[in-house]
Amino acid sequence: MSVVYGPLQNIWNYRAVLVTGLACCVVLTALSVVYTKHQSRTLYAKLQLLQTKRDALHVEWSQLLLEQGTWASDARVEHLAREELGMHTPPSEQIMVLRP
Amino acid sequence: MKFKGNFPKFTFRYVTLILVLLVGVAGLGWRVVILQVFEKGFLKSQGDARTLRVVSMPAYRGMILDRNHEPLAISTPVESIWMNPKELDLTHAELPELAKILQMTVDQLKDKAKNPSKEFVYLQRHLPPAVAEQVKKLEIPGIHAKSEYRRYYPAAEVVAHVVGFTDIDDHGQEGLELAYDTWLSGAPGSKRIIKDRMGRQVEYIEALKDMRPGQDVVLSIDQRLQYLAHRELKAAVDEHRATAGTAVVLDVQTGEILAMVNHPTFNPNQRNRQRDGRYRNRAVVDRLEPGSVMKTFAITSALQHSNIKPTTLINTSPGILQIGSNVVKEVENKNYGIIDVATILRKSSNVGVTKLTLALPADKLWETYSRVGFGISTGSGFPGESGGYLERPHQNRPFVLATMAFGYGLAVTPLQLAQGYAVLGANGIKRPVTFIKTEEKIAGEQVIDPRVAQQMVDMLESVIELGTLKAKVLGYHTAGKSGTARKAGKHGYQADGGHVAVFAGLAPARKPKFAIAVFIDEPRAGVYYGGQVAAPVFSKIAAGALRLFNVPPDTLEPAVPLVQTEEPRL
Repeated sequence: MSVVYGPLQNIWNYRAVLVTGLACCVVLTALSVVYTKHQSRTLYAKLQLLQTKRDALHVEWSQLLLEQGTWASDARVEHLAREELGMHTPPSEQIMVLRP
Repeated sequence: MKFKGNFPKFTFRYVTLILVLLVGVAGLGWRVVILQVFEKGFLKSQGDARTLRVVSMPAYRGMILDRNHEPLAISTPVESIWMNPKELDLTHAELPELAKILQMTVDQLKDKAKNPSKEFVYLQRHLPPAVAEQVKKLEIPGIHAKSEYRRYYPAAEVVAHVVGFTDIDDHGQEGLELAYDTWLSGAPGSKRIIKDRMGRQVEYIEALKDMRPGQDVVLSIDQRLQYLAHRELKAAVDEHRATAGTAVVLDVQTGEILAMVNHPTFNPNQRNRQRDGRYRNRAVVDRLEPGSVMKTFAITSALQHSNIKPTTLINTSPGILQIGSNVVKEVENKNYGIIDVATILRKSSNVGVTKLTLALPADKLWETYSRVGFGISTGSGFPGESGGYLERPHQNRPFVLATMAFGYGLAVTPLQLAQGYAVLGANGIKRPVTFIKTEEKIAGEQVIDPRVAQQMVDMLESVIELGTLKAKVLGYHTAGKSGTARKAGKHGYQADGGHVAVFAGLAPARKPKFAIAVFIDEPRAGVYYGGQVAAPVFSKIAAGALRLFNVPPDTLEPAVPLVQTEEPRL
């Protein structure tokens, strides 16, 4: 193959290097855009998951609070203490006050 | 290197091929121009409409907690089922199943779907998430679920009046739910996102409005004391077949409301309510003529504005006093003779209090009453709070002045009465009453001379120690005063018009921590005196409060049996 080498040869070489370099840069940034986009979507999905989890935990917590409130309601505790455990407030004869 | 020889002459085929390719490229180019230039707006909006979504972020309502952070009101998510009648196919095979889950008949369901002009009809609101899940599984087009919050009140009727309730859309309607509605409810936010075909959120574009979650409110109420007060008040109201009852416990040193109970009460978790008296927070909204409990402040006024001392002797003979065309009499037409001021309070002598009050300039009684907080709202911020009724008496109407001195012709709320006694207990310092837990001590306003306040507490202690024994608390000195007010009806004060039994006091007397006011409205089981009906409730609530707040006993002498040795006083 005979290619015409002339005075333009150096310029062509210089341009070729520049264009190739820029093209590579474009490809690289394009890839990094794709990568960051992917990353942001992954992170957003993660955030979604965590937010859902947080909401679910909040729901569970409020329901547990409600449940605790129901089981530990004063009326129920009093009923259990009096009826099932036979507890009572001691009358005055049974109370001793100790002086320090 | 150079090509040797000629290419065969394919000029026609060559040109045709080039032309065809050019036409193809031009066609593609034109299509690109059409898509990118002419139809860009339309296509972009269509694309956005399919993927871009504005999603609202609902704010949950904050909790209401008692002073120990026990929950009094909690929001928990529930699902509401709604339909779009335009989308719903009334012949869908799963319709009977849906009706079954929603506990409706198919006909009712179809009835609701009849109005095709609507696009949103609630089928059932506030279903438990598990039930809503069954509905969603049927996958009937046009049937949707919406997440909402429902308010639950674990303490139910015990603290119902104070906390109040919300409506079905979770807006405060009554009580502190209403007073702190903006604080509790927060603000829902919204954001723009991209959704994929499956409805998953793929990308977050921007926040349109930040969600501000509702804040919690920590009340000054102590749930344990509240329950105890509720139980004792309910027992007393039932025992005396009264129409209603109210009790308020104030922290003397901070002005916090530790307990506030009313009977009859209601369960805020039930939504179907009629409008009747049981929903009223009588302690704050109702104003009542208090009767003899006001004598405390009439005597405070006398001590404050003249040189009278608790030991000053007053002649109350013959137990009857003519003022113009009116007559002031002792109860049961007694004659106490010459007694000191402390005894006037103890015996609740109408004549004695009248004489003390009329000896002062007419404005002084009104001044003392309004300085301790009667006639003006306490500023607690409770919706519908009444300021009571207190009229500035006319100079030349001594009988009106006399009636005010023994607690008629003016009206107070139970909260105001408790506040008045708290002022005496706090050495004459008036502090704003609050439903919210306060950490630091609030600087109050000195409205009564500290010496006078101390003298009053000492006298009030002797009222209980020597008279109203039913108000005693084992192990502690208590101070207080009973009252029995006749209720004014359409035709004035009638014999059978009913009574209000009142007791207000301080515990412990030597270093007051609690101010307690008890009102029992229209006791109808025989006894109706404040010292018999309301005083035992005071005693029980005070005993519970002293125990719950770990106040050390201040009487170490042997226990005095709680037996009534003297007849009750007004």
